[in-house]
Amino acid sequence: MSESVVVEKEVDSPGPNIFRTGVRHLPRWAPWAVGAASALASLGIFRGSAGTSNIVGMTSVALLIYVAAMMILSRNYEGRRNSTDRLATTLIGGSFLLAVVPLLSLLYTVLVSGFDVMSLSFLNHTTEGMTLEGAIPGAGHAIVGTLEVTFSTALIAIPLGIFTAIYLVEYNGGWLAKVITFLVDIMTGIPSIVAGLFAAAMLPVLLGNPGYRSGFMGAVALVVLMTPLVVRNTEEMLRLVSNELREAAYALGVTKSRTIVKVVLRTALPGIVSGCVIATARIIGESAPLLITAGSTDYYNFSLFNDRVMTLPVFVYNQYVAGNFPLAWGGALVLVLLVLILNLIAKLIAHWFAPKGQ
Amino acid sequence: MDSPEKTEGVLEQKKQAPGDTKGPRKAVRGRGDAAFAGVAKGAGIIIIVLLGAVTFFLVSQSYPAFIASNETIQSEVGFTRGMSFWQFAGAALFGTVLSALIALCVATPFAIGIALFISHYAPRRFAGALGYVIDLLAAIPSVVFGLWGMHTLEPVIRPIFAWISDVLTPVMEWWVTSVPGMGYMADHFEWWPLTPDLVHFVPPARNILMGGLVLAIMILPIITSLCREVFLQTPKLQEEAALGLGATRWEMIRMTVLPIGRSGIVSAAMLGLGRALGETMALLMVLSAGLSVNFSLMSPGQHSTIASQIALNWPEAQAGLERQFLIGLGLLLFILTFVVNFAARRVMARYSEFSGANA
Amino acid sequence: MSQGIDVTNESIYYGQHKAVENVNVHINPRSVTALIGPSGCGKSTFLRSLNRMHEVIAGAYVEGEVRIDGEDIYAPGIDPVDVRGHVGMVFQRPNPFPTMSIADNVLAGIRLNNKKMKKSEADEVVERSLRGANLWEEVKDRLDRPGSSLSGGQQQRLCIARATAVQPDVLLMDEPCSALDPISTLAIEDLMTELKSTYTIVIVTHNMQQAARVSQMTGFFNIDGAGQPGHLVEFADTETIFSNPSEKATEDYVSGRFG
Repeated sequence: MSESVVVEKEVDSPGPNIFRTGVRHLPRWAPWAVGAASALASLGIFRGSAGTSNIVGMTSVALLIYVAAMMILSRNYEGRRNSTDRLATTLIGGSFLLAVVPLLSLLYTVLVSGFDVMSLSFLNHTTEGMTLEGAIPGAGHAIVGTLEVTFSTALIAIPLGIFTAIYLVEYNGGWLAKVITFLVDIMTGIPSIVAGLFAAAMLPVLLGNPGYRSGFMGAVALVVLMTPLVVRNTEEMLRLVSNELREAAYALGVTKSRTIVKVVLRTALPGIVSGCVIATARIIGESAPLLITAGSTDYYNFSLFNDRVMTLPVFVYNQYVAGNFPLAWGGALVLVLLVLILNLIAKLIAHWFAPKGQ
Repeated sequence: MDSPEKTEGVLEQKKQAPGDTKGPRKAVRGRGDAAFAGVAKGAGIIIIVLLGAVTFFLVSQSYPAFIASNETIQSEVGFTRGMSFWQFAGAALFGTVLSALIALCVATPFAIGIALFISHYAPRRFAGALGYVIDLLAAIPSVVFGLWGMHTLEPVIRPIFAWISDVLTPVMEWWVTSVPGMGYMADHFEWWPLTPDLVHFVPPARNILMGGLVLAIMILPIITSLCREVFLQTPKLQEEAALGLGATRWEMIRMTVLPIGRSGIVSAAMLGLGRALGETMALLMVLSAGLSVNFSLMSPGQHSTIASQIALNWPEAQAGLERQFLIGLGLLLFILTFVVNFAARRVMARYSEFSGANA
Repeated sequence: MSQGIDVTNESIYYGQHKAVENVNVHINPRSVTALIGPSGCGKSTFLRSLNRMHEVIAGAYVEGEVRIDGEDIYAPGIDPVDVRGHVGMVFQRPNPFPTMSIADNVLAGIRLNNKKMKKSEADEVVERSLRGANLWEEVKDRLDRPGSSLSGGQQQRLCIARATAVQPDVLLMDEPCSALDPISTLAIEDLMTELKSTYTIVIVTHNMQQAARVSQMTGFFNIDGAGQPGHLVEFADTETIFSNPSEKATEDYVSGRFG
């Protein structure tokens, strides 16, 4: 491509080789070769010494050498525009890899460190008396507590959220609907600790007991966090149902409520259920509100309304603060497994039960 | 789509609708109908009541702290170490905003790169799977992030911080001694950023820069997925126009995808900021808490956030002024995140009008 | 540009599917060549293969040769980016860059290769291109307004100005008037008649009267059935195609019996 702009167009003379303009491309193996060379160079600089700090240094230096070398090579061989394009590709691809690394590292650490401490006792025992000789502490009370609190939260938030979404989508609500939508928007932005503060502020006053702590209090906080997620997702799923479907039912004389239940909900159900499972997975990991509502304890507590209940996220936090890393990782493993399984279930539901032909 | 058999079953239950005259396709009303509509409306009203309750209790249970005199605060609230409400809140707010901004500055470029990778670089078949991988990051609970951050990431970051400190501290010391006025500012104003302490590292890495890094990894998925949607909505016609002029892939992105998606990116970043402002656990576990207002980014025991102060002090807080103090802090945080999220949504709304895409 | 475009045995594939089969044609330099035919017969695909735009879709490839001024644009080592810099394209719907001003739109292609252009040079290019597109008088007072603030016909002329600013040898137009009103369409057709003295123009159009008005040579593409590849049925000077075609399919099409 010629560098000058205003070129006299010559008429009827054989053009120059317009496509052979000296723009070449590096061969495909070039990045790999340069990468290997950078790694070797970096190894040479650090003289192969071990240790975390040296590995970190080695990798960073190798990356820098790679980028610099590729840029210089590319600029001289391929030209300015192609080298810029290649630099962009390198940085963009690199940023993706850089995002995957923490994820893989985290999953790996959770799996390996958590597995070390995993046993039936871990799932069974509690932290009661864990400082005593021969005690095998466990997270059983935390697991049960998490299930209690999460289940009661979902029990309240899911119907509340679904019906609100139905009201917003299927009924012409006027200004009331606008207010509700706005408030749901606000709810999606509430910091989790503030939701906890709300429950921790309200329930002791309502019950006249300033020292009140319970799993139910935690559930109240989590309901504030979970409901907007359910509303949003359900709204989206309901809106995906084509209007022709509703109109066909109305034209046949079906009542509105029947149409909603038997036609619209039926069609949107997989997406709605999947969304509820995902919302559950999200709040199962919330710790901040539970820290200040359900609190922590060393015992099993099967009562939702009396006294503190230990939950998995708070368990992980407490063990971390106490410096008991193995226990913390064990709790983290159970928590992450729960979250991942829930996410998987959600994906499967959405996939398998999706209405055919949509 | 529903099968014919299903609609026939529904047809059998058709009710008579006396007085329904509003056109052939209006829904038929019946008795069960009104009840159902009432339940739906009731759910919506419960939402209003719930949020009203949140506001009411947060305000009513905190205002004594707002109006209490400084002496009352100092005598009754143990953890303030002599600060007034607004001093304490200001220091905690500083830490909140600083950590969130660090997270935002680190996460946004990566988020844009990753989103571009998924939307314009990766082969089509993998785009869904790649997006899913990034979304997995969003599913991990924050307490696990904090655990991993301190256990695995911190030892890796420590040498990097040490290296930065070794290289830049002499530069800053030169700056403070040689550039006129800088030394004076550094000595007399704690909040002055351009001091050697800005880059001086004191191990372990329990400082706000580390906290910001962990926070960045946590808000990365939300910014990425929003940017990805924005980039995918770039009109193909514009992209082809750029390619037709002989642009390389990056030039096409620079000419069309990024300018057209600009407000979408801003809105995504602001939503990420809102998330970072409200985050508790990661910073609770990373930071060794302090209440200084300074820019000693790599020193421990300097900063804390509103959320972590609440979480730290609530278990021991007595009912009364101490709790009210903390609830007041929470109210401030709520207002802050509300403002940021609201602004983000306004930007997003204007963007979708502008680009004609259906948001 | 003296030798025109020579297409030899070109077939275009999208993955496994053969979209266009065995095209052989010579396109004269500095003239307007129209491609007509029913929907889905491959004429747009063929047009896009002339500047390698079909490669934007993954899995698309070409067999055969396309020589522009003697150079095979599909030879190994030839960069599509380079080809597109020499072969400009105007699309079905006007697509000026919405975030750029009118002047910046015109300069967009040039700036790719020439980042630091002096202001005087840039202004000259803008004026030259806009005059060449018959748009200068209408927009000369608002060159820094956004490109999307113009009417449809003006936007399309802006796109033509943008395409001609880099002084390509060939200008490809893919149904350029299909989204425009009749007045703008006429304006663009007049423009084409002026531009042909400088550029080799290939235009795909659904509008047979338009083809008859503007082109010197016309090619008729057809498709034998759904899923079959499209092919070039007949290629001759425009008058012959419309008054005395040699193939029956061509005659049926131009007389409106199908399409």
